[in-house]
Amino acid sequence: MADVVRETRRWYWQRVSALVLALCVLVHLATIIYAVRSGLSAEAILARTRGSVTFAAFYTIFVAACAVHVPIGIARVAEEWLGLAPRTADGIAHALALLLFVLGMSAVYAMVAG
Amino acid sequence: MPQASAQAQPERTPARHGATLRVSLWRGRDDGAFVEYEVPRLESQTVLDVVTWVQRHREPGLAYRFACRVGMCGSCAMTVNGVARWTCRTHVAEVAQDGHVQIAPLANLPRVKDLVTDMREFFDKWARAQGRFFGARTRHDEFARVRPDSEARQAADAGIECIGCGVCYASCDVVTWRPDYLGPAALNRAWTLVNDERDTAQAARLRAVAGDAGCHSCHSLGSCTERCPKHIAPTGSIAGLKRVTARAAIRGKL
Ligand code: SF4
Ligand code: SF4
Ligand code: FES
Repeated sequence: MADVVRETRRWYWQRVSALVLALCVLVHLATIIYAVRSGLSAEAILARTRGSVTFAAFYTIFVAACAVHVPIGIARVAEEWLGLAPRTADGIAHALALLLFVLGMSAVYAMVAG
Repeated sequence: MPQASAQAQPERTPARHGATLRVSLWRGRDDGAFVEYEVPRLESQTVLDVVTWVQRHREPGLAYRFACRVGMCGSCAMTVNGVARWTCRTHVAEVAQDGHVQIAPLANLPRVKDLVTDMREFFDKWARAQGRFFGARTRHDEFARVRPDSEARQAADAGIECIGCGVCYASCDVVTWRPDYLGPAALNRAWTLVNDERDTAQAARLRAVAGDAGCHSCHSLGSCTERCPKHIAPTGSIAGLKRVTARAAIRGKL
């Protein structure tokens, strides 16, 4: 029974995070293309991102969506292909989620406040 | 009812008079082997015709299954040149390669003998997926009125013509990987009942079809939908189950 609810939740969060990611990736790509095409230097980019609440908010959401989406997928693959027990896979997924979030947020911090 | 494409397709390699077909049939159980036979090639010949010819003229002990011969009973499915198909509505012309056809029992099911598989697990899974109707009315009540154009009724209609042939089940990689997976046919059946407004066992059914052995294991790649001879889309039905179970989980009703 627990498995029924867990799998259903996983699917739900996978779906919701995918939706967020789809939007975020588009914005992210557009930003990259803009930055590259207009030949902005690293300094010029940092000058724009430093202290920007919008930038911080957007990339926090992006990082959070990654931290939700990726570990769920990895857990599934680990269960199916490596035959890991659901609990073990969940453990790995949680650790991975934390890692992704910390790494992602430290990058956001470096862009906004660094 | 949409007609099977097998019937409508033109013969790609029309039979010549006196021509023969080489047929490799699986004989025995798991440790069996393919045995080749030479069979007269006839006009509009189906794969089932070929198997029947071998049984009548060469191997009286050949085990295979069929009943209706017109695509209704779902008992004649076999693996033809590596692909699961209903053999009574599959023309030799569609599948023969260089005058040769290989016929094996369905995959993902225990073999019994020759071309016969044990379908018990396949149908037990229908039961496990609560593929049975539970109603509240008795014969003394009025008929329920279900609007034919309602969304639920249309969704049920889309999956209702399943003949239980097991072609989808034999084509599903997830069934191969994890034998406890309920599989496309059972989940499609459950989906038709989820959309039956008269049914009273909805909560139990959603619990039965959710989870690891249920709809959430489906990879949505669609082999079942690609192969279903009745043009049913179990992939879509399973996606529907995922949506409905998610909604139930959010409401704490799972
Ligand atoms: S779509 Fe789902 S049920 Fe159909 S073959 Fe693929 S995994 Fe199996
Ligand atoms: S869904 Fe299609 S392929 Fe699967 S058992 Fe029913 S009729 Fe056969
Ligand atoms: S014999 Fe009945 S479906 Fe083929």
